[in-house]
Order: sequence, then C-alpha cells, then structure tokens
Amino acid sequence: MQLYLPIADIPVNVFLILAMGAAVGFVSGMFGIGGGFLMTPLLIFIGIAPAVAVASVASHIAASSFSGAISYWRRRAIDPLLAAVLLTGGTIGTAMGVWTFTYLRSLGQLDLMIALSYVILLSTVGGLMFWEGLRAMLRVRRGGAVMLRKPGSHGWIHGLPLKMRFKRSKIYLSVIPVVVVGLVIGFIGAIMGIGGGFILVPLMIYLLRVPTATVIGTSMVLTLVTMVFATMLHAMTNHLVDAVLALILMIGGVTGAQFGARAGQKIRGEHLRLLLGLLVLAVGIRFAIELVIQPQDLFSIRESGGGGPP
Amino acid sequence: MPVRVKRTRPNRNLATPFAILGLLSAVLAGAPARAERLIVSVSNHRVTVTPNYSGGELVLFGSVEKDATAPPGRGSYDLVVTVSGPRADMVTRRKERRFGIWINTDSRQFLQVPGYLALFANRPFDEIASAEVQRRQQLGLNNVLLMQRVGPDFADVVPNDAFRSAFVRLRSEHGLYREATSAVTFLTPTLFRTGIPLPAEVPIGIYTVEIKLFSDGALVTKTETAFEIVKVGFEQFVATTARQDGLIYGLVTAFMALMTGWMASIVFRKD
Repeated sequence: MQLYLPIADIPVNVFLILAMGAAVGFVSGMFGIGGGFLMTPLLIFIGIAPAVAVASVASHIAASSFSGAISYWRRRAIDPLLAAVLLTGGTIGTAMGVWTFTYLRSLGQLDLMIALSYVILLSTVGGLMFWEGLRAMLRVRRGGAVMLRKPGSHGWIHGLPLKMRFKRSKIYLSVIPVVVVGLVIGFIGAIMGIGGGFILVPLMIYLLRVPTATVIGTSMVLTLVTMVFATMLHAMTNHLVDAVLALILMIGGVTGAQFGARAGQKIRGEHLRLLLGLLVLAVGIRFAIELVIQPQDLFSIRESGGGGPP
Repeated sequence: MPVRVKRTRPNRNLATPFAILGLLSAVLAGAPARAERLIVSVSNHRVTVTPNYSGGELVLFGSVEKDATAPPGRGSYDLVVTVSGPRADMVTRRKERRFGIWINTDSRQFLQVPGYLALFANRPFDEIASAEVQRRQQLGLNNVLLMQRVGPDFADVVPNDAFRSAFVRLRSEHGLYREATSAVTFLTPTLFRTGIPLPAEVPIGIYTVEIKLFSDGALVTKTETAFEIVKVGFEQFVATTARQDGLIYGLVTAFMALMTGWMASIVFRKD
C-alpha cells in the first residue's frame, strides 16, 4: 500500500516502513536501547532526506522510550533526581543541537555532518563495545571473575565539587559530570536523530558509576524528554518532522520492541554486548563506505529558502 | 577531477533586453498573423492530488482557427507547448573528493526556476525553426531561460555548462523536466492534442501552459492557458500545518508519540 509522506514529500510503501519499525524495535527491545542509530540510517537508505529522517525519528524514539520508561517506573528502577540533573544538561544540549542543525543545513553541509558524525561515533562506540564484549566473553570462558566495577576506585570525576546525594541510585556524586553527560547526549541526539541510549548507558555505568539497577530506566527518562524537546524544536524551526512517517514507525517500533525484549532475556549479557557492538560498528562502516566511494551522482539539487524539504 | 570551465555569456539573456526582444518579436510576428487564432483547453483546470496519487496525465486540446485573411499557401503548422510549474529558488551542489571523502564543494543557485517544466512539439525543434528562433522563443530545454547567480552576475549559461546540464538531468530523472518532440499530435491539419504527464512528486501551485504556433520557421501566434495543482486530504493538511503552525504541529506530534508509547505499555503489559 503506497502512502504519500507529507513532509518527506515522497510516496512510500506502508508495510516497508512498518517492517523497518518492527525490525528496529526488535533490536531496541533486545538491547534495551532506543534504536535511533539504526532507524535514521535505514530511512536515509530508502531515500528519505537525512534532515527529515533525523527530525522524524526523534518523535519515534520519544514514543518507544516513553513505553519503556513507564514499565521501569512501575519497577521503581528510575532515579528521579539523577534524571532531573541529567535533563538540565540534556535540554541545553538539545537546543544547541537543533540550532547547529539549522545552521549546517543553511551551509549545505548537513548531510555530510550527519554521515561524518555517524562514522566517528558509531565506529568508536561500536568498536569499544565489541572489544569489551569480547574480553568479557574470554574472561568468562577462562573462568575468571567478571569485574565491571573496581570497588573503592575513585577517579578524577569524584574529586569535583557540587556533590549531591542521589538516593535511589545510592551514589554521592558531583553534578558537573552529570550535567555534561546530559548536554553531550542532547546535542548529538538532536543532530544525529538518535536517543543516545547506547552511549549514555556505558557513560553512566563506567564514568558516573551509576548502579545497573537504575541505569536503563533513568537513561530512558533522559531520552524521552530530550527527544520530545527535539521533536518540538525541529517542528518549530525546520518544519521537518513528518508526523505520518513517525506514526508508522512508532506502531512498528513498539510492537517489535516487545518481542525483542523477550528474545534479549534468552541471551547472555556479554554476548548481547558483543552483538550490539558489532551492529553499531556495521552501521558506522556502512556510512564510512558511503563517504569514501564515489557517489553515483556528483550533483544534487535542493530547494533553497522557504520551508519545504531540503 | 573535472575542472569546471565557466563559459558564461553575460548580457545575452539578461532579463530586460530579453523581455524587450520577446515583446518585439511578438509584435512583429503578431501583426500580420491576426489571420490565425489558437483555441485551447486543458482537460482539467484543477488537478487534485490525493495521498495515494502516483502520477497522472492532463490532456491539452486545441485547434487553429483561420479566417479569410490567412495566407492560402500556408499549409502545415508546427506547435510547441511549454508547461511551467510554480517557480522557486534552487541550489545545485557538486561533490568533490576532499581529504579522501566526498563532500559538497561547489554550488550554483538557480533563481525562480520552474518546479515543473515540459516542452512538447509535433516534430524536432530543429525542423520547426532555425537555431536563432529556437533560442529566442525558448524552444527546448537547452534554450529555456534558467536564471542563475553566476558570481556577481545574473545570467543563464550555455546549455552544456556542468551545473546547468546536471540540474536539467536531475529534474528530468524525477520526471519534473521533460522534452518530447513527438508529443503533440495533429488530429486534422488544424486540430491538435497533447498529453501533459504529471509525476507523483509534482509541485503544487499554478501551472502556465504556453502554446506557440509556427509556420515556415516563424512564430505565427501564441496563446496561454493555466491549470492548478492542489493537494487535498489529510496529508496536505499535515504539510500546511507543519509549515504554518510549527508549535502546534510539534505539540501534537509529541503528544501522539507519548500516546503511542503509553498505549503500547498498556497493550503489552505483562503483569
């Protein structure tokens, strides 16, 4: 069934978009991430303008993280105070991200920046995850103890002032690194059309030493709010949010996520990290190839000025 | 790496002299040619595009009316139909390899060029008129005026300019620019018709149709008609709202996202 997307300005097959939403939803449910880093590239590959893809996926991630956040809230696995501090940074970061997005778009270098940031971020994060997963797997195979957190080790992070007690997470931490982490995630989220869960979770675990019990739920709250905010800002400044596209993605995504979550429980943690690392790395490499090989067409046309799609 | 040779012809196509030229030729051609009159109509003056629109076709009908003053020797007519859609500024960008990756480097701005442009004729333009007349009457995609910002100048460039030909090629690939020299059919020596294909991604707005009648390589008369393409239905409502009320649109989209997420958590609740 063909459907015309009002903002993306192209006709698409509804079932293709639904299937993509479900597939990405499955992966995101399995790994407990938003899946934006898969969704945005997929949309770009089927011919949707990168700017529209980034802006529309923001609302899709808002939907999936909201349903996730609700179930974590029921299980009391969210630290409200930590979420609030993260959000302070997240909101500023998102606003800066949308502003940068608009600026790059006026320069005509937005597509390049989206592609470049995907290459750099995904290959780095994917490579690290893969490496970490591989090492953990080897350790388990050798029968050694898995040590994710060295007890009693205090990095420079813990020497910072403005300390605060986050009761539910049972940590005593300076607000500065928390705000900075939120800011970074909000910024890259707005530019790349990702929730940033796959970066945020490792950052919270390894950098902020947040216990795993509250990590995913709290990160989902941050993702939710930054993505709602990003949707609003993208809609107001660039008029690029395709609500029809977003709705189809959401329906596919939330359904797929349920099955993904069930599948994820059957796989061992280090295997899961290894797989996720491989997946992230693959998307990064896909973008790198796109940049390096000669494009089929060296020329491109964009309407300049006015509100229409770029 | 292709080196671009800018071969502009300044002043050749600057708007003012061109308009005067056009006016002059119309007056000159029009004076003795009161003898023929073109009567045309399109099959539909208001085309509505629905969400599942996948392209369509309009039909242009017309006839050449001759009165007693028409030169009797004038037997065969040639017809050129130019359909141009709503105008907009566009930018054509070219990628080049820098630091090992392909990035947009050079660009050219096209000013107020038609979003849709189609040129139809009953036979090749070369057979209809001389190169000079073709250029003056803008017959064919190579001769249509596409105003560009070239450095500090506003001009059209030679047809084989890299940016201009890439622009025409890309638009043609989407079915938005086209040229067909056998699309106009004369049903009788004076009665003609042609189809105007409209692709799925046809821009909305007012379209002008210019019909020029040629005989023996010279313009005899011309006339104009127009049609409108409007998008209707939910999708158009969405597009308009997104552009005009960004705040409300954003709020509704965000609310929709939250509702979908909430519904999902209820539907799939395990406990």
